[in-house]
Amino acid sequence: MAFINTKTKEVQVKLVFVGPGRGGKTTNLEYIFSRIRHRIESDMVSIKTQGDRTLFFDFLPLELGEVKGFKTRFHLYTVPGQVYYNASRKLILRGVDGIVFVADSSEARFDANIDALYNLHDNLKEYDLNLEEIPFVMQWNKRDMPDALSVEELNKELNPEGYENFEAIAVKGDGVFDTLKCVAKQVLRQLQAT
Amino acid sequence: MSYILDQEQLDGLEEALTTDLMTLGIQSVILIDMAGNVIVNLDDGKVRHDVYSLAALAAGNFGAVSAMASIIGEEEFSLLFHKGKSENINFTKIMDDFLLVSIFGNDVSLGYLRLKIDEVIKKIKVLIEQTRTT
Repeated sequence: MAFINTKTKEVQVKLVFVGPGRGGKTTNLEYIFSRIRHRIESDMVSIKTQGDRTLFFDFLPLELGEVKGFKTRFHLYTVPGQVYYNASRKLILRGVDGIVFVADSSEARFDANIDALYNLHDNLKEYDLNLEEIPFVMQWNKRDMPDALSVEELNKELNPEGYENFEAIAVKGDGVFDTLKCVAKQVLRQLQAT
Repeated sequence: MSYILDQEQLDGLEEALTTDLMTLGIQSVILIDMAGNVIVNLDDGKVRHDVYSLAALAAGNFGAVSAMASIIGEEEFSLLFHKGKSENINFTKIMDDFLLVSIFGNDVSLGYLRLKIDEVIKKIKVLIEQTRTT
């Protein structure tokens, strides 16, 4: 839930990157951080396992300009993708204002994408939320994989609702900022409407 | 959905936290919500913490401890305190959605601080209960 501070004229918003394990959620944040690190004071926070997998979450605070005289501060989080870290995933979704689903385009990871989507729906339900009321963007990551499914197939199977979606190769930065801008815009539009 | 605190509420929160906690000589006090948003951030002018990262970690940490409590059949752990060599952190839940993070040195007594926190929480509750959601 976004917090509007009328004293400091600041809006704080929580964006969460979800999706299957090893799908590129952390890579998205790392790329964003690599491009903006010269103009932010904070470091990116990562709580990882020894094997470099996200254990709890990654966190990156980011200022994205002003709306109606209010500074907008976006807090970007990732959740761990592996199935058995659901308690952590659920915790991070508390108070979420916008979601990016980072799907792995690889055919071999198709079922993992489906599981992650169902899991997202289940976790949101626990907070009495559903995707229809939250700004939501799909990212088809790893477009450079040799067994990548076509965007048409991915949209048909994973995105029948027709949410806005972007192709990406997060490790090279392709599509990362397009995805971020899209979800940020949706969140701001929703805030302005309230 | 969003919630708004107006100038009067935020002034009231700052005043209460300054009068009841900062005057004890603590290093900093941060009022956050459980989503990790920073509502009020006060310090003694000598420290410069990365407040937003601290808030994200504090909210995550508190959430994780609450989940552990639930697994072993406890409603919650009433005391969440980390002791360092020279700096310490105390976390206090306020209603269901807010968390008070107090950072202090060894020259401040934890018992007395907790007593003062209990007092300030009453004031914070009154101020926060007037909050608008949209």
